[in-house]
Amino acid sequence: MLGLGVIQGLMVTARNALGTLRGDPRRDVNIAYPEMRAPIPESFRNFPFLVTDGTGVHDGLRCVACTMCEQECPPQCITIVMERDEKGKPAKKPKVFNIDISVCMGCGICAEVCPFDSIKMDKVYEVATTERFGSLVLTREDLAKTNTYFHQISPAEAAEVDGRLAEQKRVAEEKAKAAAAKAAAAAAAKAAAGGAAIA
Amino acid sequence: MNPSSFFLERFPVEARDFILSFLPEALRPWAAALISVVAILAAFGLFFAFLTLLERKSLAWVQNRPGPNRTGPWGLLQPFSDAIKMVTKEDIVPAAADKLLHYLAPVVLVAFSLLTFAVLPYGRHLVALDLDAGVLFFFAAGAGTELAIFMAGWSSRNKYALIAAMRALAQLISYELPLLLSFVPVILATGSLRPVAIVEAQGSWTWGVLPHWNVFTPWGAAGFLLFLVAALSESNRSPFDLPEAESELIAGHLTEYSGFKYALFFMAEYFGMTALAGLGVTLFLGGWQAPCEILQWVPSYAWFGMKLLSVIVLFMWVRGTTPRLRMDQLMRLAWKFLSPLALFNLGAAIVWLVTAQWQFPGALALRWVLASSIVVIPFLVIGRSLSRGLSTRTYGFAP
Repeated sequence: MLGLGVIQGLMVTARNALGTLRGDPRRDVNIAYPEMRAPIPESFRNFPFLVTDGTGVHDGLRCVACTMCEQECPPQCITIVMERDEKGKPAKKPKVFNIDISVCMGCGICAEVCPFDSIKMDKVYEVATTERFGSLVLTREDLAKTNTYFHQISPAEAAEVDGRLAEQKRVAEEKAKAAAAKAAAAAAAKAAAGGAAIA
Repeated sequence: MNPSSFFLERFPVEARDFILSFLPEALRPWAAALISVVAILAAFGLFFAFLTLLERKSLAWVQNRPGPNRTGPWGLLQPFSDAIKMVTKEDIVPAAADKLLHYLAPVVLVAFSLLTFAVLPYGRHLVALDLDAGVLFFFAAGAGTELAIFMAGWSSRNKYALIAAMRALAQLISYELPLLLSFVPVILATGSLRPVAIVEAQGSWTWGVLPHWNVFTPWGAAGFLLFLVAALSESNRSPFDLPEAESELIAGHLTEYSGFKYALFFMAEYFGMTALAGLGVTLFLGGWQAPCEILQWVPSYAWFGMKLLSVIVLFMWVRGTTPRLRMDQLMRLAWKFLSPLALFNLGAAIVWLVTAQWQFPGALALRWVLASSIVVIPFLVIGRSLSRGLSTRTYGFAP
């Protein structure tokens, strides 16, 4: 009958309105953003940061300023200057490490190529600033974040990285020990040979 | 126990008389009129402010959103922040516009919409202007708003505004006919054009609980439905909001308006809707009368307010539900459907009134059947003939 469709429609909207008012989870699907936040998926990423094993910039930055990320970065947003001591000898530390996040496209290639697991992708999405140029260039101080923080934002990857680093360290130590033992043995052999020669 | 002597019932009148007692005798009629004007402006100004909030809130609920909730608790300060925004906006007048008419149009529109509030009885003792031909006055003043809309469209010197104003005029004039015809049975039954008398005629109850409102008669029910549709269209509300159609047309006759003038147009639109809903309440829903006899201790203006609010909430509910009509559908609905039905409804009212003397058992039921069949059968026949050849639309691309 003519007009029934309007009444049916009114019933649909009434159900929606009352459901929203009652807070029915099927109707009221909103997340009131600043107070409530949607959970971030494990694989979410936006801008890179630098992992430190210590607490700040000057101790324990994993980065050795190899500039691999700088070379690989597709939009060329990373600037690295290596630190040198008075004699001009490289100190295996970055003096300048800047990322211009107004240029960064969040591809994550820097994190992939880093051989020292030093640069990783962050999950901070509130990066708005009141000024266009200076504030969007993140310096070494802004980028350095602790390994604990990395564990917080992506626990699975951080655990994997830690395991790998520990393994590398163990292998390196064993190698060093073996090398030292070999050197000692060689020295001992040399000493013995020398003694024989004398004798 | 006479409800008209209750304190709350008499309070507005007492307050007015108290203020008047400080003034010299000669000034009193003027001051009384001024107080009525100020009271209507203040009450309906605030009502308008919170209606905009309620509209946004209720539309939001329908669309599963929370609506404005940042300004104050429950978004209650939103109307005031909107007002500040509107007032501080730049008021642009096109260089080629007719400056005077462009300036006058919103003012005239608001003035005419406010005039219609004068004749509505808000309570037992609350009517600003008790005219013998109040209903006539209401529509005469309401017709002035059409002039203002055309002023706005014409003076903007903008082809879109002009075309939209023509379109709005066509709609408003077309729907004036069913709107007026839907009210005629009430006037026929009451024998008066005076709103106060029409409300008083509805002020009795069967067994103290069944109110004798006009909506509870066959012609009243049909007339109220016709009134609802026509009033939606007269107040430019969805699904008949073609004059403005914010989502598809440019803003219609408001194209060249900005800032406070634009706000005035909106204010006038809400005033018009409130006044029409108030007239509908007065003529069909018993005005300020209580729904049952024992509830008469509630002040009459509170009943009027509640009924007014429920009609307006119904309007908002419809706005949240229906899609907009096309122009030809709009015209067809007015001329081929609503107007004939309103005429048939007049016939139903005549049958109902002529058979009022019947006393035999079952007379009431027979009268109901007779009178309602005069409206319902044409409704079915016209409805079927108008929708002949139309079927549920199948979409080629969407499932």
